[in-house]
Amino acid sequence: MTPGPTVMGIPVLSLVTFLPLVGALFLLLIPAAKTGVIRGFTFLVTVLTFLASLPLFTAFKFGQRGMQFVEKVPWVPNLGIEYHMGVDGVSVLLILMTTLITAVAVLSSFAAITDRVKTYMALLLVLETGMVGVFAALDLVLFYMFWEVVLIPMYLLIGVWGGPRRIYAAVKFILYTVAGSLLMLVGILYLYFAHHAAFGEYTFDLLKLYDTPLGRTPQLWLFAAFALAFAIKVPMFPFHTWLPDAHVEAPTAGSVILAGVLLKMGTYGFFRFAMPLFPEGAIAFAPLLIALSVIGIIYGALVAMVQSDVKKLVAYSSVSHLGFVMLGLFALNAQGIQGSVLQMVNHGLSTGALFLAVGIIYERRHTREISEFGGISEIMPWFAAVFLVVVLSSLGLPGLNGFIGEFLILLGAFRMNTWVAGISATGVILGAVYLLWMFQRVMFGPVTNEKNRGLPDLTRREFWVMAPVILFIVWIGVYPNTFLRFLDVPATELIERMSSRTVAERTAEPEMYGGDEPGDAQGMEEGDGTMPADTAGTMLGRGMVEGETGAQADSAGVETIAPNPPAGSPGRVTP
Amino acid sequence: MNLPIPIDAPLGMIEPLLIVCGVAIFLLMLDLVLPHGKKHVSGYVAFAGLLWALWRTLAQWGMSERGYAGMVALDNLSTLFNVLFLSTTAVVVLMSRPFLEEENVEQPEYYSLLLFATSGMMMLASGLDLITLFLGIEVLSVSLYILAGYRRNSDASNEAAMKYFLLGAFASGILLYGIALVYGATGTTNLDRIGDAIAGTGGPVPEGLFYAGMAMILVGLCFKVAAVPFHMWTPDVYQGAPTPVTAFFSAGPKAAAFAAFIRTFFIAFGPAQAEWDMVLSVIAVLTMVVGNVAAIAQTNVKRMLAYSSIAHSGYVLVGLVSGGVIGGTGAVFYLMAYVAMNLGAFAIVILLEAKSGRGEELKDYAGLGFKYPLIGILLSIFMISLSGIPPTAGFIGKLYLFGGAVQSGHVWLAVIGVLASATSVFYYLRLLVLMYMREPQESFPPVKIPLALALALLVASVGTLWPGLFPSTWFSAAQESVRSLFS
Repeated sequence: MTPGPTVMGIPVLSLVTFLPLVGALFLLLIPAAKTGVIRGFTFLVTVLTFLASLPLFTAFKFGQRGMQFVEKVPWVPNLGIEYHMGVDGVSVLLILMTTLITAVAVLSSFAAITDRVKTYMALLLVLETGMVGVFAALDLVLFYMFWEVVLIPMYLLIGVWGGPRRIYAAVKFILYTVAGSLLMLVGILYLYFAHHAAFGEYTFDLLKLYDTPLGRTPQLWLFAAFALAFAIKVPMFPFHTWLPDAHVEAPTAGSVILAGVLLKMGTYGFFRFAMPLFPEGAIAFAPLLIALSVIGIIYGALVAMVQSDVKKLVAYSSVSHLGFVMLGLFALNAQGIQGSVLQMVNHGLSTGALFLAVGIIYERRHTREISEFGGISEIMPWFAAVFLVVVLSSLGLPGLNGFIGEFLILLGAFRMNTWVAGISATGVILGAVYLLWMFQRVMFGPVTNEKNRGLPDLTRREFWVMAPVILFIVWIGVYPNTFLRFLDVPATELIERMSSRTVAERTAEPEMYGGDEPGDAQGMEEGDGTMPADTAGTMLGRGMVEGETGAQADSAGVETIAPNPPAGSPGRVTP
Repeated sequence: MNLPIPIDAPLGMIEPLLIVCGVAIFLLMLDLVLPHGKKHVSGYVAFAGLLWALWRTLAQWGMSERGYAGMVALDNLSTLFNVLFLSTTAVVVLMSRPFLEEENVEQPEYYSLLLFATSGMMMLASGLDLITLFLGIEVLSVSLYILAGYRRNSDASNEAAMKYFLLGAFASGILLYGIALVYGATGTTNLDRIGDAIAGTGGPVPEGLFYAGMAMILVGLCFKVAAVPFHMWTPDVYQGAPTPVTAFFSAGPKAAAFAAFIRTFFIAFGPAQAEWDMVLSVIAVLTMVVGNVAAIAQTNVKRMLAYSSIAHSGYVLVGLVSGGVIGGTGAVFYLMAYVAMNLGAFAIVILLEAKSGRGEELKDYAGLGFKYPLIGILLSIFMISLSGIPPTAGFIGKLYLFGGAVQSGHVWLAVIGVLASATSVFYYLRLLVLMYMREPQESFPPVKIPLALALALLVASVGTLWPGLFPSTWFSAAQESVRSLFS
């Protein structure tokens, strides 16, 4: 728990969080007519933010448990609210992804946004502050503040610069999110007073609240309150209906950030808050959440398949992919959780890139109807190549990033329950179907629509928009260990935290899953397998076997998994 | 020996009240000497008088005194509320200029009435006796009846005044009857001694009589804070009254009635909380739900803000139900936040109304945000705060208010409260939709912000953002004020 390095005397986390906000304030000084200056300045700020976030990556101490780069200053002492920031490996990856995606999103909107550029750019910067803050905050009120700060800029981005149904989409987006998060606020307050009742201290410090003793019933309610807020954000089936509207209507950069980062706030919320704070609740709700994840995977894929609008297709594919992320988390074992977190990053990159690609053709043709296209690969060969890589990454081709994440998730799911893994795996196949079918209809075949002739290929700027994303897509696919090694300790810690706080109840209640949900009771027969504390040894062997039969590209990933220490022993990490 | 003044009549403890009354009377006399065309000078006098009273009030922070045969208290609660009232009135005075100019009714009596109303509010906040409370309510109400009808040529304004007068007179009657019954049951009108009596120190209290009296006092106070089902007057009066008066209505008198509410129900009826807990909880729920749901349907901004002010009364009532220092602190902090953000919202309405003759209807706001960025940003801040989204005072207020409810075991109240505020997001942010996402229907006349309004907006926005970002000081003040009640 030592403070991390500083940049120019400013602690890294604060710098990364508030640099965009400061940039937004300076932006207000630039006259609105100088759009060129505004665009350049904003891009500069986001690039600087990305650079400022790199020390998190380079100076990160692997194998060290707990939070790093911690900053802790009293903020509202009489309420126990602190400015408490800190990151573990999961947050580091998500923050890096956020700063990268934001810079890319800004660059991508240079040509697309010509109206009210200044406000647009300022909102993007405020949004970045909120997003980074969400991933770094370790105080529940601070977290809640960042969480809500994200809403207003996104609301305006969709509502002002969006498509024809933008107002409907914006209002739906904000109402869904606010309704969920306000219930979470009540949950936070309950936890706060429960902590006071137990320890006599008023605090919103997450790390202290982890130790708050809670009975089973409050845990169930509190988990439900938190889970609702996060499930809406993810979004899990059946709370997903805001997503296609928001994604389709938002401007390209808005969709990229929505899909790339905002949805991860939901899954991250499960990882950081809902699961470790209320493990009993998490385990009790796991069957339900797994069922919803699997439904989401299949449903999202099937609906994506029948879309005639490329952007809608990508939006529904998010529902499917996020189902995988949730499945991995609630597999409740190291592989599942690691895969899940990696898949959060993967989805941010792949789906972000898909939206960018859709944006590129939309800017040329002002339509996204699949039937309007065909044979584009002849006209725009460079674009075709880039788009192909992105599509393949999204459908999980070995050698690209999506494969590693999905493989680990399915591995974790398999260890938990064969049926669940089997059904979810069809989601991968369906993913290949709808993505490749779309790619085929848009890119291959004869050029049937005369309007498509003479479309210009990627511009230099568009190339540089896509290049960094593709770089990471390939990097994660070929050598995932660079990123997976960030996830060892956090995954172990989550499992330990959950098992240490449920052991008492487990011995008292051997039939923990006692068939509360008849539909899922069968799925949880192997309940004990979900807690690797006692079965990690045997599971490790299985993981190795699976890994060897897997494709060569993931060997690095398995290397990381294999030495995973059984939960309960101190974290040990292989370089 | 008959002394003209009772012995325990320390004038020092009511100094701010005396200043306000004195300036009000001075203004009436000033009217006689000011020539036509110079009447606006009275505004400066009123403003200066308020600042003077404010300065004297701030000096009273931390003092604790009782006087006038135990009928008047000086404690941190009264001081804090006095600061709130004086600042509210000062801001309303700043906001009134454009309206009075426009309507050509700039008379010293307007400011004088505002100050008399303020003195009534101050009496309410420091009243330690049901009689003092009633006196305060009457001084306040009579001034408000006139102010509501100040736009003499407007039918709506007259209707508002008449409605408010009739209903207000009824409410005062019921309140007074309740006071009489409580006096009959306990033999005293002193709040402390009523509390002692029902705690059972002086023998049994006739229950039927006492509960009937308590219920009537509850009704009277609920009318003043516009709690459902005693809210019917609010939308019409808010819509019909001149906009600066509406702003005043929604801020000062409401806070004053809550100050009386806190004193009466925490001190006098505190020992009987088990009896009124459920009643007040139900009223709070109704108020939050009806206020927020009805606000959605409004197309007139003043009417929308009227319903929103009803909803906010509901939130504060949650704090009262929670009780104790935590509940009381939540209520007081929320009132401070509410007054700031609500005054801010009304200041914008006044600004648009006075300079363009529009701004009362929601559709008048279409496309405003990009046309006038500053007005857009300010109104957005106030709306975001009203809907309880951080980093604003409205959020911290709700955090603590609902925290109190959770802590005191009223989790269900907190849940209904947050669901109600989720509903409110819809209509508050509708203004943002209009301002930023719709094209203006016709071109706007140029809007220049007069200095007085700019100052009012500055105070309101600081009062909205500062407690949202750094609530510590404000929070301590609220906490100290409620603690002084129990010491």
